[in-house]
Amino acid sequence: MTTTYPFEADSVDDALTAVGTPAVRIDGLDKISGAAQFVDDLDFGPDLLHGAVVESPHAYARIVSIDTSAAEAAPGVVKVITGEDFPYNFGMYMEDRYIFAQHHVRFVGEQVAGVIARTHRQAVRAAKLVEVEYEVLEPLLDPKEAVAEDAPLIHPNLGDYAHVPWFFPKADTNIAHWRKIRKGDTEKAFAEADYVLEDTYRVPRYAHCAIEPHVTVGKLDHAGRLTVWTASQSPHTQRHLFAEALAPLGFAHKDVRVITPYVGGGFGGKAGVSMEIIGAAMATAVKGHPVKLRFTREQEFYNTYQRQGVVAELKVGVMNNGTITAVEHKLYWDAGAYVEYGANVVNAAGLSATGPYRVPNISNDSLCVYTNLPPGGPYRGFGYSEFHFGLESHMDRIAEAIGMDPVDFRRKNAIVEGDELSYGGHMNPSGMIEAIDKTAAAIEWGVDEESKNPNTIMGKGVALFWKAPAMPPNASSASFLKFNEDGSVNVSVSGMELGQGYLTVMAQIAAEILGLPVEMVRVETPDTDRNPYEWQTVASHVTWSSGLAVEKAAIEARAKIFEVIHEVYGFEDETLYLEDQKVKCTTDPEFAKPLREFVIDGIQTDDGTWRGGPIIASGKFMPEFTNANSDPETGQGGHPNVHYTVGACGVLIEIDKETGRIWVRKAALAVDAGKAINPDLVKGQITGGLVQGLATVLYEDMRFDDDGRLMNPNFTDYKIPTSFDIPDEMIPIIVEVPQPDGPFGARGVGEHTMIAAAPVIANAVYNALGVRIKSMPITQEKIALAVTDRHHN
Amino acid sequence: MELSLNVNNEEWALDVAPADVLLDVLRERVGTKSPKIGCERGDCGSCTILIDGRSVRSCLVLAVEAEGHEITTVEGIGADHLSELQNLFISNNSFQCGFCAPGIVLSATELLARNPSPSRHDVQEALSGNLCRCTGYEPIIEAVLAAGERNEEVSA
Ligand code: FES
Ligand code: FES
Repeated sequence: MTTTYPFEADSVDDALTAVGTPAVRIDGLDKISGAAQFVDDLDFGPDLLHGAVVESPHAYARIVSIDTSAAEAAPGVVKVITGEDFPYNFGMYMEDRYIFAQHHVRFVGEQVAGVIARTHRQAVRAAKLVEVEYEVLEPLLDPKEAVAEDAPLIHPNLGDYAHVPWFFPKADTNIAHWRKIRKGDTEKAFAEADYVLEDTYRVPRYAHCAIEPHVTVGKLDHAGRLTVWTASQSPHTQRHLFAEALAPLGFAHKDVRVITPYVGGGFGGKAGVSMEIIGAAMATAVKGHPVKLRFTREQEFYNTYQRQGVVAELKVGVMNNGTITAVEHKLYWDAGAYVEYGANVVNAAGLSATGPYRVPNISNDSLCVYTNLPPGGPYRGFGYSEFHFGLESHMDRIAEAIGMDPVDFRRKNAIVEGDELSYGGHMNPSGMIEAIDKTAAAIEWGVDEESKNPNTIMGKGVALFWKAPAMPPNASSASFLKFNEDGSVNVSVSGMELGQGYLTVMAQIAAEILGLPVEMVRVETPDTDRNPYEWQTVASHVTWSSGLAVEKAAIEARAKIFEVIHEVYGFEDETLYLEDQKVKCTTDPEFAKPLREFVIDGIQTDDGTWRGGPIIASGKFMPEFTNANSDPETGQGGHPNVHYTVGACGVLIEIDKETGRIWVRKAALAVDAGKAINPDLVKGQITGGLVQGLATVLYEDMRFDDDGRLMNPNFTDYKIPTSFDIPDEMIPIIVEVPQPDGPFGARGVGEHTMIAAAPVIANAVYNALGVRIKSMPITQEKIALAVTDRHHN
Repeated sequence: MELSLNVNNEEWALDVAPADVLLDVLRERVGTKSPKIGCERGDCGSCTILIDGRSVRSCLVLAVEAEGHEITTVEGIGADHLSELQNLFISNNSFQCGFCAPGIVLSATELLARNPSPSRHDVQEALSGNLCRCTGYEPIIEAVLAAGERNEEVSA
């Protein structure tokens, strides 16, 4: 059985001129010339004030008192604000977060107060003068300890927080959400299986490390309008959350404006609202002045979002012929002090924790557990990178145990179009088998590689991946389109250019339908006053969703063009088409009306009057076939995911047998883009995502001490890849099995490219040395220890 | 104190404090915004500028130390027309978010001035102080190598 798509996109034309080409990115010149402006590059004039944050030194404590008098008297200080001034909570999916701490602090670094001063230096100095007295409480730092029966409660009022209907918080526990999937009969399946493997895998927390830190400038002008400039993936969602959280101050949505220029990398860390609410609140306290809050690199690490850690208990049953019959996956997420966004990561992982396999019997439990560590949240991969580490390690081990080649085992069990998903829906068309085969060929799977160096040994590994966008069922995108006098076009959308090439892809889609060169289309970063709605630039959904909105606007504009041509010249619509910036006609080869002659001024008729006028259009897309309603005990009944993007990854590595040092000699990654609107940009996602993923398994790792303090909040101690730390060779492979409802068949690929990186290294290490590392990162020490252990046993 | 700075061949007379950092003075006083603030401790390279043709992290330099030297930022490199290297960066899709780009353009410009046809290892070494979280470096390295190859063709 296949899924039917209520909305089918404009059919794919064979002779594409803009879509499918490696068009040069339209923001390239801005970025290479130094012209591109990021929030911190905007000028705000001499009355700009600067904010600094007073932070909790404790992971868990009760606030006894706050004395702001010394700070208020410090030079240059304009205002000091605390939780008493803003006693409001807010949140993306669950309102459990506070603008400033209320009565309790729940992680080291949490904002307790804010200082606004004339200069940045004055604000930072004065922040040190705010005296806060705490009653220190015992922190909970481990999710398994936090779910214990007698664990102290981090949020005693969990039962009172407003949340989306697909969350199931357990009041009077530390479990903020529990996603369950129950399908078939796992107990029976495990009893009947020929082989069952059970083990636990551990994944720590990670930092996004966009090179641009979070920056917010807020201004409440004397007429009462609040404008906030942010480095954000989510301008409309931010406007909504600012308006809601600050509603007691009397803001209507129309009076709140969010402007988002270029963003210096997001990776999920700039989705939703994190520090921006502090900047917005500060602005309301100093009417008339813009206030800038720029996070330091340290704050970037400990008080934005972090990728959550997870303890994954996995049990898989198979038959001797290699068929997977049952999966039981228990995921205990270290979700941190506030889970307003992170709980949806937990939800997404729970829905898909079987991985890209056909599994008849499923029992998934994905638990969102409060801990006294910084708030977890969205990070490229959105929970999938985390559970794929254990899952894809497990698949290799099972294949070996039953004597099957790991690639054959995966090919046999890979989910394909029409297979039933864990929540009861059906799998979309997918190029998984092609991805597996091309990846295996690229790394010459099956051919043993000998090292020329006696001290090193070679290993190969493969891993598969899948991921669906995690969104509310009605997350939508919209676009406006207008022609200019010369036949060029401005497209307004509110997705964000994070570097992935979104603006270029939107321009290519519009150009394709309107018969224009890509250079004739301008698409810019949004301003919520001027640009139409977009939910957020997350979930790898904007090529698909915003792309559909642009496609519809372009189709509407084309129809309006044909309408005026029909009215004046009498040609039927079906005979008209756009090419080379002209309207042409299949029945009259002589006819070629340049767009520039009429898209603003219209066309003059024989009697001297004019027809037509400015060509403007709009488009919107909302996935009307999804719903998030399901049985809380089984997860069955809804249709939460729009579709999955799949792919495969393979590596050849070399390891120093003594030190455990790993060199990635070759890495191939195949992803099913449906249709690569811009193949160069897809390749950019592959190389970038692969390197980011490899770093999580090879060396990145957030380390906390016993008091819950992050020990490595900087690039010296939290190493991210440099130009030396990349594979010798990367082989990007684009598979194109069209998504029936995608623009030209496209689906998203942005996050997917890092998901398989961790298990593929774990599998290659095993292949080389015969040791299985079950916790990330796979450091030299862990490998060296495991090798020594094995020699001793 | 009085400070005269030469930035992209323009002379600036400024009144600064002895402890003012060059990066801040360039951004806030001169209005040259291409050197970016990424870490303020010498780790990321997004504040890279050239001083007398040598790449320097401007977050680690006091403004007063730059007196009498020529400062070049990416605005100066491409002032009249983009350099060959900049064009190659665009055609190779070398950057995504572009936040690291000004610093990387300068580090690579310095390398090519010193070593017109660098090896892959030379390029990796020259860029090792400039962090890029988006691209995986490969398209950046390839563009610099391509610039080197063109230099070779010209000199052959
Ligand atoms: S800001 Fe100077 S090196 Fe990072
Ligand atoms: S392009 Fe984003 S940091 Fe390099």
